[in-house]
Amino acid sequence: MNEESLWSVFVNAALVNNFVLAYFLGICPFLGVSARMATATRMGGAVMFVMLVSSMCAYAVHHLLLAIGAPFLELIAFIVVIASTVQLVEMFIRKVSPALFRALGIFLPLITTNCAILGLALFQTNRGYDFAQAIVFALGAGAGFTLALVLMAGIREKLELATVPDVVRGTAIALMVAGILSMSFMGFAGLGA
Amino acid sequence: MATESAPTPADELLKGLWRENPVFVQVLGMCPVLAVTNSAINGIAMGLATSFVLAMSSTLVSSLRHFIPKQVRIATYVLIIATFVTIVDYMIEAVSLELHGALGAFISLIVVNCLILGRAEAFASRHRVGEALLDALGMGAGFTLALLALGGVRELLGSGSLFGVALFPEGFEPWVVMILPGGGFFTLAGWLLLINYMRGSRRATATTAREAAR
Repeated sequence: MNEESLWSVFVNAALVNNFVLAYFLGICPFLGVSARMATATRMGGAVMFVMLVSSMCAYAVHHLLLAIGAPFLELIAFIVVIASTVQLVEMFIRKVSPALFRALGIFLPLITTNCAILGLALFQTNRGYDFAQAIVFALGAGAGFTLALVLMAGIREKLELATVPDVVRGTAIALMVAGILSMSFMGFAGLGA
Repeated sequence: MATESAPTPADELLKGLWRENPVFVQVLGMCPVLAVTNSAINGIAMGLATSFVLAMSSTLVSSLRHFIPKQVRIATYVLIIATFVTIVDYMIEAVSLELHGALGAFISLIVVNCLILGRAEAFASRHRVGEALLDALGMGAGFTLALLALGGVRELLGSGSLFGVALFPEGFEPWVVMILPGGGFFTLAGWLLLINYMRGSRRATATTAREAAR
């Protein structure tokens, strides 16, 4: 069992050990969807929701598998749970907001292969979080992911107006910006300890 | 594929190394690329583990390609991949507990490496077993090479050693940032810059040559 307070779990997941900038989880959507601010916030929201639901499911699955004595099935069970959650969210968004559905495009189904979600499920199991901690962990990780995505989108919108040498265009400049962001997030170290 | 004029087996194997390198050209599977490459040995281990999963799952997907219903193909691929990743995970834990600790959750995260699913969907499900295996081996080698390139640079600058052997004299002050997360982004950006530059200058020489010929 893990004795960390809920607040410290949240701050750790959101800022100190930011999923994107410190653990490198979810780099693909981070680089792929961060060109426009509006898309970035919505993507962040969708990821956060999927994280919350799959974190709860993962908690249940973990204990179920322990009870029937088949921990080696954990990875397979997690990925199936995540894939179905994403499917659910996709249907939900298509119904509620077709515009958002089109804006997110291919990246919505790709949340399934977003390592941040599976990483969340694995980390919470490894650290032995209880149910409340798991939920706060998911919220913190989702908030951190959204924060990183929105920051990146803001910078990239400004970058559109700047003159950038041809060699650096595209992924290279995005990675450099991400590196600087990651360094600045190191300033949060020690917070929430 | 249909547009290419029957690529030779050697071609299938070699394209992953450079022309279609999964990391530097296709920018796939970024998460493990950045996360575990703080030393060269971690990079190689991760590359080999990924190559194994890639080769096994590509072979299996390719051999089952006539039996998997189209609607549930992605789910099937993911299940196949997850099975092999579980095998690798337990294998590494049995061989070296230290390595298992260093790579941590990132071994399990091979499941969601877009490279593997991408090859299963784009190549293995449409080609014969032999071609799929060659393609997977080439891509795996290219991936391992890229991880080694990143891990080598980061370990060299960040701890002044390579494969744990100190290379620089005592006075060398290691650039700690290279081992930290930020260094991962910077090193990859640096490699991409170099490759863009080389491609750019090659294209430029090609253009000037064409214009000179005219």
